[in-house]
Amino acid sequence: MATRLKPVDVVIVGMGWTGGILAKELSDAGLTVLGLERGVNRTTEPDFSVPMIRDELRYAVRHELYMDVSRDTLTFRNAARETALPMRRLGSFLPGEGVGGAGLHWNGQTYRFSPSDHSLRTRVKERYGAAFAPEGMQLADWPMTYDELEPYYDKFEYMAGISGQAGNIRGETIEGGNPFEGPRSRGYPNPPLKASLSGVMYEAAARELGYHPFPRPAANMSRAYVNPDGMSLGECQYCGHCENFGCEANAKASPHITVIPAAQKNANFSLRTQAWVTRVDLHPDGKRAKGVTYTDVRTGEEFEQPADIVALCAYGLGNVHLMLLSGIGAPYDPDTETGVVGKGYCYQLTSTVQTFFEDRNFNPFMGAGSLGVVVDDVNGDNFDHGPHGFIGGASIINATTHGRPIAYRPLPPGTPKWGSEWKAASRHWYGRSTSIGTQGSNMASRGNYLSLDPTYRNAFGQPLLRLTYDFTENDFKQSAFTTKIAHDIGRAMGPTHISPLAPKSSSYSIVPYQSTHNTGGAITGHDPKTSAVNRYLQSWDVSNLFVVGASAFPQNAGYNPTGAVGALAYWTADAIRTRYLSAPGPLVPA
Amino acid sequence: MTDEGLDRRRFLGGLGAGAAALGADVAEAAEPAPGVTAASPAGGPPALAGYQFLNPDEAAFMEAFVDHLIPADALSPSGTELGVAVYVDRQLAGAWGKGARMYLQGPWRRGTPNQGWQSPMTPADLVRTGIAALDAHCRRVAKLPFERLGPDAREDAVAALAQGKIELEGVASKLLFDTLYALATEGLFADPIYGGNRDKAGWRLVGFPGVIATHAQDIETYRGRRYDAEPMSIADMS
Ligand SMILES: Cc1cc2nc3c(=O)[nH]c(=O)nc-3n(C[C@H](O)[C@H](O)[C@H](O)COP(=O)(O)OP(=O)(O)OC[C@H]3O[C@@H](n4cnc5c(N)ncnc54)[C@H](O)[C@@H]3O)c2cc1C
Ligand code: SF4
Repeated sequence: MATRLKPVDVVIVGMGWTGGILAKELSDAGLTVLGLERGVNRTTEPDFSVPMIRDELRYAVRHELYMDVSRDTLTFRNAARETALPMRRLGSFLPGEGVGGAGLHWNGQTYRFSPSDHSLRTRVKERYGAAFAPEGMQLADWPMTYDELEPYYDKFEYMAGISGQAGNIRGETIEGGNPFEGPRSRGYPNPPLKASLSGVMYEAAARELGYHPFPRPAANMSRAYVNPDGMSLGECQYCGHCENFGCEANAKASPHITVIPAAQKNANFSLRTQAWVTRVDLHPDGKRAKGVTYTDVRTGEEFEQPADIVALCAYGLGNVHLMLLSGIGAPYDPDTETGVVGKGYCYQLTSTVQTFFEDRNFNPFMGAGSLGVVVDDVNGDNFDHGPHGFIGGASIINATTHGRPIAYRPLPPGTPKWGSEWKAASRHWYGRSTSIGTQGSNMASRGNYLSLDPTYRNAFGQPLLRLTYDFTENDFKQSAFTTKIAHDIGRAMGPTHISPLAPKSSSYSIVPYQSTHNTGGAITGHDPKTSAVNRYLQSWDVSNLFVVGASAFPQNAGYNPTGAVGALAYWTADAIRTRYLSAPGPLVPA
Repeated sequence: MTDEGLDRRRFLGGLGAGAAALGADVAEAAEPAPGVTAASPAGGPPALAGYQFLNPDEAAFMEAFVDHLIPADALSPSGTELGVAVYVDRQLAGAWGKGARMYLQGPWRRGTPNQGWQSPMTPADLVRTGIAALDAHCRRVAKLPFERLGPDAREDAVAALAQGKIELEGVASKLLFDTLYALATEGLFADPIYGGNRDKAGWRLVGFPGVIATHAQDIETYRGRRYDAEPMSIADMS
């Protein structure tokens, strides 16, 4: 029998970026807020101290800071005709676990989605005609525009101290920034990071070809910074141990050194760790949540935590899992295209061009998680898709992130994989190579979705989440088009060797790491028949439940998601404060 | 050890020309690693000795295997001299080998390649089963265990394993190879605290400076110029 605890105003499930932001904003508003986090608490000192933290094997290969799949994982199949099988070890993506969530060990590449990404369906219809989208593509607008979200993007960027170069301030184009970006109300809080050699070379080559390169916006601080909440961040050391690691220098914006300690200044906020939420409990009418049930993973004891408001901030995949386990909203059915929970799961298509320069030295180990130069000319709807016959695009990036040698040993095509020749080539090319990557959009498609697995169970005896997913023809065309441009820029850099053109062209595999940019499954929209949450990320079915994260994206763009995720979290917190509290109930009529 | 009575064609078991050795000619060692030669094995503390998991036959295989991947030459001592076999042994003996942080519940199905690891074995069980199966295969076709094959035959065996072209009892040869290959490269490049990469020879090989990484000035000072520093490991700073 679960122990019933004292009610709170708000219970937040998950203490990563979105949970941390809600905790800060809602505790500032005077509400009693409880954060429940399934993982442990880690602090920069001592958990990320040097030399211990600079251990590639432990953190980057054995994934110490990530979700432990022996306890909970998901099952995967490419299509409904296959039997989904468990992801038995981490691979394609790496969900976080512990206070700070994936914000502890992200890279910090922090973009805004472009205005057309937010209004994609309308944009495609107006520019190319309704028949342009292929059969089976579930193209959708966000129910809020870029302009509506702009103040919230801005708030996230100032809280996280983003280093970057604006390209468009209130409609005025700024030299050196991204000329395609939506208008921003002001510049970035910090100047861009220092460029690497490969960044300088890539920028020159891209400009030469008529593209518009700009420094990648970074949550790695280009200088020491105090954010508007009074939290201090240090200067980035280009330490080359960013992604997969906690930052020793407090120079990477993370919830554990920004929003969470800011919330902890409020006595009405409390945090409970190793508390694994297993379901949202509903009142008998199914229209309101009573609170949540969780298990203390240290003792196995179960608790009921009543709350007036429940916020799911358990990463996109966790949010959808909890909705399905709790019977909230109609599960999506791909055969009839009815139901909403699990619909619109999207990912990303990535590709790489590797270049080799006999006479250059790149010192690859001097890098930062977001250090890089980006070309956005073929992203989103920044170009005419008419002649190309697909929707979407990609950011094309030269990155200087790390040279950790278990993972990073680029070799020209045809080099042996072992033996003396391999050793000599590994030595020769280690410092003489740089790559160009594409990060491509992914459109929602009828057969791609999340549901509960009929066979496999987690450590709490609950069905695993099941992922049914594959890339589509539209997205292969996107990858072919954008990878060719990446290859052209690579050639223009004048390398001695270049890898062959290799756009994404085969079906999705759960094995190699691609990105932790899983989106959709609880998408936001105007209509409860086609979306799971309304424009305030409030469940259409359970009005005191807010579902915050990339689960809300109707489709995925050619950017990293967290700029948009952070904006949505501030937007939702604001709606709860200014709209919901005075009139609890549905904020949008169904 | 010699190629005693071994017919390479026979070893390949009718695989045909597709499984020919990958370029085995040794490259000229144009740039010897500083302070490391085959004649004078890496300095620094002695490598850890003895095995926790591998039995003597398995250890003999593992030493031969890592030495084939990482031969002694002007750039570094052999894999075994660098502690790579010990590294693999400690990984197999430890939590990772026992399947920590893996979902190991049934039911079991073969699955598609896109669905990834579906073996019911832990990594340690898989390696143990795989070594035994490979040993049986080598004895069947060549009448010798892997470690007693000559260099060309070893190369053929490793190449065929890498391409998944050997039928092994109880384990897919490609999965076995990928697992062993990942372990061997980790043993060469992971921090020496795990038993391999003795005297940071793997880091010296490529020029990785290790755990000290305060490059806010260096990124400009050394832009386009080689940055050389004595690599530092966790133990060096502890
Ligand atoms: C290696 C890596 C690199 C990345 N790099 C970038 C990047 O450069 N740029 C970018 O934009 N994005 C990046 N991301 C993605 C970014 O980290 C996420 O978008 C962001 O953290 C999402 O915030 P969130 O609050 O939705 O989830 P998270 O920050 O992951 O937080 C979710 C929290 O919920 C907890 N939780 C889940 N289920 C439960 C439960 N049942 N009960 C209790 N707690 C639960 C989890 O333990 C976790 O702490 C990266 C991610 C990874 C893993
Ligand atoms: S690269 Fe910079 S921000 Fe990233 S971990 Fe290193 S010092 Fe921190």
